[in-house]
Amino acid sequence: MRINCPWCGKRNRDEFHYLGDANVKRPEADADMQDWTDFVYLRDNPAGVHRELWYHAAGCRCWLVVTRDTTTHEITDVALADKKS
Amino acid sequence: MSSQPNRTPDGGRIDRANTVSFTFNGKTYQGCQGDTLASALLANGVSLIGRSFKYHRPRGLYTAGPEEPNALVTLGPKVSGEPNIPATMVPLTEGLEAHSQNAWPSVGFDLMAVNGWFKPLLTAGFYYKTFMWPRKAWYKLYEPMIRRAAGLGALGEAADESRYERSHAHCDVLVVGGGPAGLLAAHAAAKAGARVILADDGHSLGGCLHGDQVEIDNQPGIDWATRAAFELSVLDNLRLFAGTSVFGRYDGLTFGAVERVAEQSEAGWGAVRERGWIIHADQAVFATGAVERPLVFAGNDKPGVMLAGAARRYLNQYGVLPGKQVVVATNNDDAYRTVIDMADAGAEVTLIDTRSQDEAPASALVGHRAIRSHYAHELTAASGGKHVKRVTFAPVGDAKGNSDTIPADLVCLSGGWSPTNHLLSHLGVKPTYDEAIGAPVCRDPGDGMHVIGGAAGTFDLHKLVEESVAAGRKAAEVAGHKKGKSPKLPWTDDPVPYAITPSWASNGGKAKTAFVDLQHDVTLSDLELASREGFHRPDHAKRYTTLGMATDQGKLSNVNALGILAGMGGGPIAEIGTTTYRPPYTPVAMAPLAGSIEPQAFRPTRLTPFHRWHKRLGAVFTDAGLWRRAHYYSRHGPDFLSAVAREVEAVREMVGVVDVSTLGKFEIMGPDAATFLDRVYAGPILSLKPGRTRYGLMLREDGILFDDGTVARLADDHFALTSSTAHAAAVGEHLDHAAQVLWPELDVAIAATTEQWAQIAVSGPKARDVVSQVVTGIDLSHEAFPPLSVATGKFGNRPIRVFRLSFTGELAYELAVPARAAEGLWEAVMEAGVTHGIMPYGTEAMTVLRTEKGHIAGPEIDGRTTADDLGLARFVSKKKDYIGRRMSERSALTETNRMQLVGLVPQAGEGTIYAGAHLITDPADIGKSLSEGHVSTAVHSPTLGNDIGLGLLKRGRDRHFDRVFAVFPMRNHVLELRVRDPYFIDPRGTRADV
Repeated sequence: MRINCPWCGKRNRDEFHYLGDANVKRPEADADMQDWTDFVYLRDNPAGVHRELWYHAAGCRCWLVVTRDTTTHEITDVALADKKS
Repeated sequence: MSSQPNRTPDGGRIDRANTVSFTFNGKTYQGCQGDTLASALLANGVSLIGRSFKYHRPRGLYTAGPEEPNALVTLGPKVSGEPNIPATMVPLTEGLEAHSQNAWPSVGFDLMAVNGWFKPLLTAGFYYKTFMWPRKAWYKLYEPMIRRAAGLGALGEAADESRYERSHAHCDVLVVGGGPAGLLAAHAAAKAGARVILADDGHSLGGCLHGDQVEIDNQPGIDWATRAAFELSVLDNLRLFAGTSVFGRYDGLTFGAVERVAEQSEAGWGAVRERGWIIHADQAVFATGAVERPLVFAGNDKPGVMLAGAARRYLNQYGVLPGKQVVVATNNDDAYRTVIDMADAGAEVTLIDTRSQDEAPASALVGHRAIRSHYAHELTAASGGKHVKRVTFAPVGDAKGNSDTIPADLVCLSGGWSPTNHLLSHLGVKPTYDEAIGAPVCRDPGDGMHVIGGAAGTFDLHKLVEESVAAGRKAAEVAGHKKGKSPKLPWTDDPVPYAITPSWASNGGKAKTAFVDLQHDVTLSDLELASREGFHRPDHAKRYTTLGMATDQGKLSNVNALGILAGMGGGPIAEIGTTTYRPPYTPVAMAPLAGSIEPQAFRPTRLTPFHRWHKRLGAVFTDAGLWRRAHYYSRHGPDFLSAVAREVEAVREMVGVVDVSTLGKFEIMGPDAATFLDRVYAGPILSLKPGRTRYGLMLREDGILFDDGTVARLADDHFALTSSTAHAAAVGEHLDHAAQVLWPELDVAIAATTEQWAQIAVSGPKARDVVSQVVTGIDLSHEAFPPLSVATGKFGNRPIRVFRLSFTGELAYELAVPARAAEGLWEAVMEAGVTHGIMPYGTEAMTVLRTEKGHIAGPEIDGRTTADDLGLARFVSKKKDYIGRRMSERSALTETNRMQLVGLVPQAGEGTIYAGAHLITDPADIGKSLSEGHVSTAVHSPTLGNDIGLGLLKRGRDRHFDRVFAVFPMRNHVLELRVRDPYFIDPRGTRADV
């Protein structure tokens, strides 16, 4: 599998670290413990399109939001997690 | 040559002048340069190569390629050989040693052939039915028995001395298969400017042209292929991988391949035997050709029975005519090539075609040749002991009627050609059944994949030429290359058309010896049984009968099985579905996947900027991740312990210097830098003044301690951080995650600067005297530069950062200079310290010093501990949000029963404490899994004169002065310890505060 990094181009997935679901949002500081538990531990595991975070550790050190089909590994979109950079 | 009875007087593409000696089952034979092991054995009249998997039936060569199901041999001496190699894929080399497999005591007399007598017991599904009970018998009786009787070759027991490698290759267009289609596609793509890789599992390119007599550009097809391959080999943008099997397709057009290196040159490349390749392609062209199917009838597995295409390949490529009385049985026109070639080579040929003559356009090509032809007939049996002696045939569908038996010593079968679509199937592309060619095919899989030639079911040579050039051109264009014009198409002449009327199995004769899967001994009657018991679907029947599950993955059998199951009531063949092929296409040894055994491999060795100094001073190094760090300096004592003791004493009494360049270092800048760090660290950062430093803890979001380090505020918007050596990479990733994912709205920039700064700690009562001689521009007096100060001064004309931080408990400074100034700094510090007895110390002394002081490190931050567990609650803010705050409030992380950091000393004042030992209260409980904690760090303290330890103990802070026992079963060692606070020296911290 290769990921088309916006800075570095198509690179082997060995250069990246996987984190997981890009849709989870860090709750407010004093949100309910259940919300925090969901944020820290609970993840969907969809068969199909998944937006997920990958870190280009051996490259530009950018966190990327990769849209990948978990059943085919087809990657349809790669964007910087940090939109302003 | 007389010793090779089946060698033709001339013809073939072998070097007859160069004979090659080899042994098979201990007997010496001669072959020719250019032979494979298979062709050389055939030339010598050796037709019995091995025994079959289940019934131990005699078997010979069936094919001339990687699809060979029968002729698997072990290469090399029996003790160290490599098993299960198809003899068809082994180039003949001088001194080659090969052995039969699966036969005991010998291939000619195999006792296990008695399995054949018990065949009624060994039918499909017998594993599931026969060995059901009693359950205990499985382990003691059934399994060992089955394992002894079944299986293919055995792995050698001696270590493999050969070398293996693994490598990556990249290209715009990968062409798999070097037959006419692959050669043309690769040429077209390369001419368009694409970077091309052409891989073929044969050693000489040309594919089917080796066996088929066709003309391309007014020359024999194989001559054309040889020239085409040479022309490709001189192109700069094309890489030719001969003798390379592309065995698997993976995500994103990544392919696995194995290059058989040693076979192709005497010495090999660096004496490498095989090289595993991971090929990354932008576009892929599959020119993988087609595999011929056998006909299914009783005795179709006898030595002397082989595929028609293979027989003519042995004749035309190797000059081997494996029989004189040849029977060619077919349901399609392609086998007429074999009829014509065998007749022209002087064999007596009988043709048996299941079709009427009207359905066989190629029958006109036979011409004047004296062929006995039987149309609308089929073979019903082949018989003979260890070699076929006669065949029986009958009108199609009328086995009992007018059957006839004739002598035969070579039976050539063609049940039609199946496109090789394994690589396409690997990621789930499903082929569909094509009536016209009588086989499943996949012509347009999309996703950057192009299928041409036999793999696309294109058996017409002119059409193949057209589509191959077009596909090569198109693949290059999609990959962004469209230089020049499309190459001119070569002129072709191939008189033999391809017409087929599929026939899947003969109805006459005994189904019990009509083999569908030769390698796994699955017969027509096994499929009948499976079908009768409800396993019609190919994927069910496959598992029930094990058809297609041997090492050849049913290359010859799968399509026949589809047709047979359909005919048995499974439904139309187009709807019955296909099985899914999985990698590898051909068996792959583990070694080329693992690559060479290089402990270091591509991992770099990281040396600190002071490394040459450490070496000069006689440092003994230790590995810390990729770093080489000075462990201790051998000149400081006659042995490890005394050297470390002297280094510790120097720090406690005078002054020492240690290299801390391996610490993770980060620069954080920007208007929001303080806000950002305040959210990353558990302690407050907003209140940190420029010129001040703070010890900082980072938590994971789940509330567990992640790393400890220091935060220095150099200016309002500029911080310098350190992390532990071990977590440097993870901390960098964590910081980037916080800045880019959690809070992208914060204006902050992060740079990892571990390599940019050389850093040392100068520690001991005389530290100030030393540092003040080295640094200018900073007032280092206690009043002007108290503990936790930071400032940038001058070292010569370079900047030097001075931090007043103490890890040892003594008066201490950390000095950081740009890495290139490192050696000068070390020299200056050593020179300044010489009158104060300065001594460099290594990581061991550092561990002793921090343990005496009760400072935690990696063994305590073990992914389970919280800040409070380690007595660091005062470094955690209660007033703000930060990563890990909310979850650290969970009851499990705050309960009183948790393990807490304690100091440990031997109760008797002596004895060895081992790190990793378990702590228990009552020695009577040893072995009862009642561990209440463990020793995390243990050192010998020269300052106190005995061993000391840090440990994690349940409710440890309430148990000071209690007695516990350290149990270390690996050394059968138990030591009574006293629990205490972890601050072994100077608990009030007065020594550093001067």
